[in-house]
Amino acid sequence: MNFQQADMVIVGGGGAGLRAAIAAAEANPRLDILLLSKVYPMRSHTVAAEGGCAGVIQPHDSFDAHFDDTVSGGDWLCDQDVVDYFVRHATEENLRLEHWGCPWSRKPDGSINVRAFGGMKIERTWFAADKSGFHILHTLFQTSLKYPSIRRCDEYFCTDLLVEDGACAGIQAIDMRNGSHTVIAASAVILATGGAARVYRYNTNGGIVTGDGMALAYRQGVPLRDMEFVQYHPTGLPGSGILITEAARGEGGVLTNRDGYRYLQDYGLGPETPLGEPRNKYMELGPRDRLSQAFWHEAQAGRALATRRGEAVNLDLRHLGEARINERLPFIRELARTYVNVDAVYEPIPVRPTAHYTMGGIQTDRHTATALPGLFAAGECASVGLHGANRLGSNSLAELGVFGRVAGEQAAARAGQGPVLDPQRLLAQAEDNAARLDALRESSGSESLAAIRDAMARAMEEGAGIFRLPGQLQQTCTAIAELKERYRKLGLVDRSRAFNTEWLNAIELGYLLDVAEAMAHAALARQESRGSHQRPEDFPRRDDAQFLKHSLVYRAADVPRLDWQDVVITRSQPAERHYGDAGQQEAKP
Amino acid sequence: MTDKVTVRVQRYRPEEDAAPWEQSFEVPYSEDLSILDALNQIKDQQDPTLSHRWSCRMAICGSCGVMVNNEPRLACKTFLRDYRDRGPVQVRALDNFPIERDLVSDISGLVEHLETVQPWLIRARESPVGEGAYLQTPEQMQRYAAFGQCINCGLCYAACPQFGRDPAFLGPGALALAQRYNLDSRDEGAAQRMQWLNADVGVWSCTFVGYCSEVCPKDVDPAAAINRGKVASDLNYAVNLFNILRGKDNA
Repeated sequence: MNFQQADMVIVGGGGAGLRAAIAAAEANPRLDILLLSKVYPMRSHTVAAEGGCAGVIQPHDSFDAHFDDTVSGGDWLCDQDVVDYFVRHATEENLRLEHWGCPWSRKPDGSINVRAFGGMKIERTWFAADKSGFHILHTLFQTSLKYPSIRRCDEYFCTDLLVEDGACAGIQAIDMRNGSHTVIAASAVILATGGAARVYRYNTNGGIVTGDGMALAYRQGVPLRDMEFVQYHPTGLPGSGILITEAARGEGGVLTNRDGYRYLQDYGLGPETPLGEPRNKYMELGPRDRLSQAFWHEAQAGRALATRRGEAVNLDLRHLGEARINERLPFIRELARTYVNVDAVYEPIPVRPTAHYTMGGIQTDRHTATALPGLFAAGECASVGLHGANRLGSNSLAELGVFGRVAGEQAAARAGQGPVLDPQRLLAQAEDNAARLDALRESSGSESLAAIRDAMARAMEEGAGIFRLPGQLQQTCTAIAELKERYRKLGLVDRSRAFNTEWLNAIELGYLLDVAEAMAHAALARQESRGSHQRPEDFPRRDDAQFLKHSLVYRAADVPRLDWQDVVITRSQPAERHYGDAGQQEAKP
Repeated sequence: MTDKVTVRVQRYRPEEDAAPWEQSFEVPYSEDLSILDALNQIKDQQDPTLSHRWSCRMAICGSCGVMVNNEPRLACKTFLRDYRDRGPVQVRALDNFPIERDLVSDISGLVEHLETVQPWLIRARESPVGEGAYLQTPEQMQRYAAFGQCINCGLCYAACPQFGRDPAFLGPGALALAQRYNLDSRDEGAAQRMQWLNADVGVWSCTFVGYCSEVCPKDVDPAAAINRGKVASDLNYAVNLFNILRGKDNA
């Protein structure tokens, strides 16, 4: 057992983790900051974000307008004090990235350009062509190299949080190169491990997005919040689920069904806007939950296209012309060419909804602190209360900067004053964990890892997908419980230690099953329809009287325990969500 | 019966193998099947002991670089349809890097080279964020845009004969990254980075084979970056020489 000490540890080297590391290094240059990740930082899934990053910058825009769009977009399940803080700090984070070299797209005069995005009333999405996440991640990674106090453990796989006397006292990890166990003692730990959409079969997420941090916290009794809210992105490639950015619609792309009809006008998003004249919060610029739901209805009615990769609708960019596509959406053109053999300049791209983002996560307060002293969480793995029941596109990249910084500063403040840690006690704990992990590596049961993983992904899609139908949702809960049982009888083949990915994938599958369980049970408990959580048959309407509350899932022996937490409402009272013309007519709350 | 393709995969498990060897697998063929899909099919259905890196499967995370029939490629962006008429496809770990396990290369040397060239914006005075964004026109951005597209996948290092001979050579990716910042109108660090461009392991080690640019999956054109580096290094030399001579004149 290896032993290391650091002032603070950050698990995850994506946007939130890197931003946290930099913030901590700037807050206190004397701190020894350890950034640990199961991949090299530039592999983190932030890299795949395409469309952009929100922040008020136009003179006719306002923090209030961004606040209103976010709160109504989240179907009033956002904590409004958190949203307030977020909209007031997003722009400065975007500017900071600019000062660190992020190549935000520009207007001809050299100033920052912004584009339209779904559910946003005014253009406020900063973008770097259609590789915004890539540029943000590489800028943060490269900038982090400036700070000698940030050291990295690349390709270390976090297996456990260590807890002593009711506080987080560090983490345990496997050095992937040789399979050895390591303890890293630290009185402040930040989880920045990203989302968990790999619990679904069709998803936009990389293979590494397996809910690690969520499960690690859950196993220590920290509640997961709002886990039933999973965002389906309306435009992924059929078959693979690869993301086709919302910016394609922000730039003017339109969605048509098999009859060439712009069907969104039939779903409360119209009237139809003229081709080449996208209008904010109308039609293709409606919010993601509504667009994904509309696809489901079209498919049910037999109006989707049958492609050899499955049902789809058409995303048509042809009217934008080659020059604009090359300038604004070059990566989309490349992806469509490579993965579905379509040149977007000449043909529409087939798309379908695919699981994309977990609105919920590890419950934190607005300062990113979890219920476990010393443990902080930021980014997609966290539920800070920003996204409510449906996240608006481009709010999550901005979240990485705003709350990554907060987490870094908070953890840095604690790192100086945390309790003195006793290495012997931590090592004793870690030896037990290592025995458990090594037993898994040598497990010789009858169950196959791939079979359990695929069954889980199908069960989640069937019962906890875009629409949750009563029998199916219950079945999904049962199926996940059965799969957890089968997981105990796993049989692995690879007994080696050096870069044993079968072993690591098995640990990840354990994480995924915990997260799937939390999602399915939260979905079952929320007996209403709100945002991305839709139960059209048994509870088709929003029910503020009972469910204007965050769900909290606690791990328990058999069935997880559910609890509820009030939503912070400061100045926007719940109202109907309207888009298209209906949104124009509503009185401002 | 489903069509099958043969994939010959390099295996190397440091705990049991003295040297790399090759194992053949039959994989069900489809038109969309990428090398990455084939590797995942093998791992899930045939041999779970196969280790390879991957994540985004959309050619942006840079994890899955391998040699496919002796050519450096991203596994997720390479399709069996382009190889099936030419017999079995051979997949092995990237050339010029030590092998950790199977298709997993030790890329720590590449990452250290990236870190060496001070790849961050350097300014004599950093403006406070409150003063707003630095201005940069689309034309100014265009000067470094291509060099900023590097995903650090290492294909250019696997293609580079000089890096193969001397792992201390900073290599195409790191030198392109240095140029990405040197050519950025907001940056004032070119003089600082010149020590690396000029060093024994810098641009002058490049023998200009140009294969790095050919294999780049993101059209970064590192060979062009190195060439520009040579011009800058020459200019730097000339200016220094001029200053020395002028210094002598003044003396």
